[in-house]
Amino acid sequence: MNDMRIVERTVDSHQTKITARGVQVYYGEKHALKDVDVDILDKTVTAFIGPSGCGKSTFLRCLNRMNDTVAIARVQGDIRLDGDDIYDKRVDPVQLRAKVGMVFQKPNPFPKSIYDNVAYGPRIHGLTANKAELDAIVETSLRKAALWNEVKDRLAESGTGLSGGQQQRLCIARAIATSPEVLLMDEPCSALDPIATAQVEELIDELRSQFSVVIVTHSMQQAARVSQRTAFFHLGNLVEYGETGQIFTNPKDPRTESYITGRIG
Amino acid sequence: MTLIAFLLLFAAAILGYVLNRSAARSLRAGGAQLHSLSTFHGGFAALLVLVPTFLFIILWLLFHASVLDRLTMGGLPAGTLDGLDSGATQLILAEIKSIAGGRIFGSPEPWKIEAAERLAGYRAMSANLMLGLTALLALGLLVIARRTVSPEFRARQRAEGIIKGLMIFCSSVAIFTTIGIIASLVFETVRFFQMVPWHEFLFGTTWEPQMPIRADQIAAEGAFGWLPVFLGTLVITVVALFFAVPIGLLSAIYLNEFASPRFRKFAKPVLEVLAGVPTVVYGFFAVLTIAPALRTFGEMTGLPIAPNTAMAAGLVMGVMLIPFISSFADDALSAVPRALRDGALALGATRAETVLNVLFPAAIPGIVGGVLLAVSRAIGETMIVVMAAGLMAKMTINPLDSVTTVTVQIVTLLIGDTSFDSPKTLAAFALGFMLFIVTLGINVLALRIVHKYREIYD
Repeated sequence: MNDMRIVERTVDSHQTKITARGVQVYYGEKHALKDVDVDILDKTVTAFIGPSGCGKSTFLRCLNRMNDTVAIARVQGDIRLDGDDIYDKRVDPVQLRAKVGMVFQKPNPFPKSIYDNVAYGPRIHGLTANKAELDAIVETSLRKAALWNEVKDRLAESGTGLSGGQQQRLCIARAIATSPEVLLMDEPCSALDPIATAQVEELIDELRSQFSVVIVTHSMQQAARVSQRTAFFHLGNLVEYGETGQIFTNPKDPRTESYITGRIG
Repeated sequence: MTLIAFLLLFAAAILGYVLNRSAARSLRAGGAQLHSLSTFHGGFAALLVLVPTFLFIILWLLFHASVLDRLTMGGLPAGTLDGLDSGATQLILAEIKSIAGGRIFGSPEPWKIEAAERLAGYRAMSANLMLGLTALLALGLLVIARRTVSPEFRARQRAEGIIKGLMIFCSSVAIFTTIGIIASLVFETVRFFQMVPWHEFLFGTTWEPQMPIRADQIAAEGAFGWLPVFLGTLVITVVALFFAVPIGLLSAIYLNEFASPRFRKFAKPVLEVLAGVPTVVYGFFAVLTIAPALRTFGEMTGLPIAPNTAMAAGLVMGVMLIPFISSFADDALSAVPRALRDGALALGATRAETVLNVLFPAAIPGIVGGVLLAVSRAIGETMIVVMAAGLMAKMTINPLDSVTTVTVQIVTLLIGDTSFDSPKTLAAFALGFMLFIVTLGINVLALRIVHKYREIYD
């Protein structure tokens, strides 16, 4: 693991953004996530690692209540965003998801133009008063997603016509166009080639200055490269959570050590 | 006898399979490297016996009757058939056949009884002959098949070749049938256009096909302008679509996106039952329920409503189309990748926004394809309109008026006193041809749209 550059480990903020306590998730009879306690810091990249089926994506989907769309999923426990319970009956999941954006494993641009893809969120939430403001949001979002220079001359073309890496950056631009407070990324690079992966990773590092980013990844190198804090999940349990450098160089739990040295997973 | 022949055939095929397979196995056991698996040697033998022998039996069954008839008639005493036309000859043959079958009416002439006896004799001989030839053919093929077994013999390729040939045959049956149907339509239509100029048919606005077909009949000189008839079809189709498209689409969206699994489980089969109702039952519904209801409504409100309104037929046809459109829309919505749905929801879109802005546009080509197929069904639908629509062709687009349709006119033209050399009857073929052209065009368009849509998401 020579490419695990343990640099820039400084966590800029120690302000907690999301607090999760005793989170349990059931898929029908299956107990998919067992008693997870996590504090996610603001303006920090937090990585969730672990073998397939360990519950890391499930937990990620709890944070913006995407598990609500799965009919058989049940979520228990307490998850707070800035101190407010997001599973409270008065919370509208639609408004929550505007604050907690999400990027998926496979790029999923809508079959609309590039412009309309990015403008979709601001439009449905009524964030802009006029066309000029919307244009500005689209441009900034695409610039932040490092896609502007490639698509600025063809904003009217379909988003599905872009290459895989461009599509994923378009999806990131779409997610940040609503200026969320937290950005959830579910294995955002698993469908991308190494060059596109490097671009997205660079982007994640830049996004850290504005949002709290939570990324699920199968690649431990990626977790080591982009994150400041890492959580290791195994069989539905949160095994270990701490500074990325500490998790990778000096894990406290033997299971974490086995996983990062390649013995389990 | 036929049954025995088929049993013989299958027994021979199974025997061929077993023989060749065991021959191949024993070769393999003897240490030879066989090109094909022993089951392929067996399969090749079975196919080699099955296909030609089966064809032989079928051909025999198709043609033996006419050969026997000819033999029987040829053996009649010289001069019996002199001066008789083909109809009378057929009559005599039918009588001989019924005597041979044991049904004797009155007291037939002795030469007929004699001919019937001969026919019965021929029949028995023919059956035995068929059985014997089948057995001989199967046996010969068995021997040929058995001799092919050798290490180099490419039994797999041969067997696959035969099966491929069978598949080509099956798929060409549909194609040739279509060509045959088109040819017969075109042939009769051309005859019609020899009697009635094509521009009069295509652009004429009067449809009065009742014309005398015998000298003693009194009727008007016919007028064959198809426009009012086609307009009637269009009016009914439009009414049906105005009813069916919104209901079908919205029910599909509800079932796909909003309904609880329990409701969906109950509602989907009910919709499918609707698709299984015979159209003649829809016809009853139109005539006995909808039309009287509309009439009562007309009397109450003072609207002039004809007894056979386009509205009644169109509404009921719409009911028929609902399951068609809703199942197409349902498929199209389900085919939109889950990732798109999640993407929209994760941006904070409500369910309604997701459906409206993302799912619906992505599904629209499939939905349009389904609606177009529904249109071509509505245009070709016959039973409901025969029962519920009128017979008089009128140039009107008022759905409360009585209209007639292309299919209704075809049915009326071919019912009753017909002769196939009068424009009245031939007009039915011209109408059918136009109907065919229109629905073909719509279907091609629909399939192209549906096809284009598949390319995006695979």
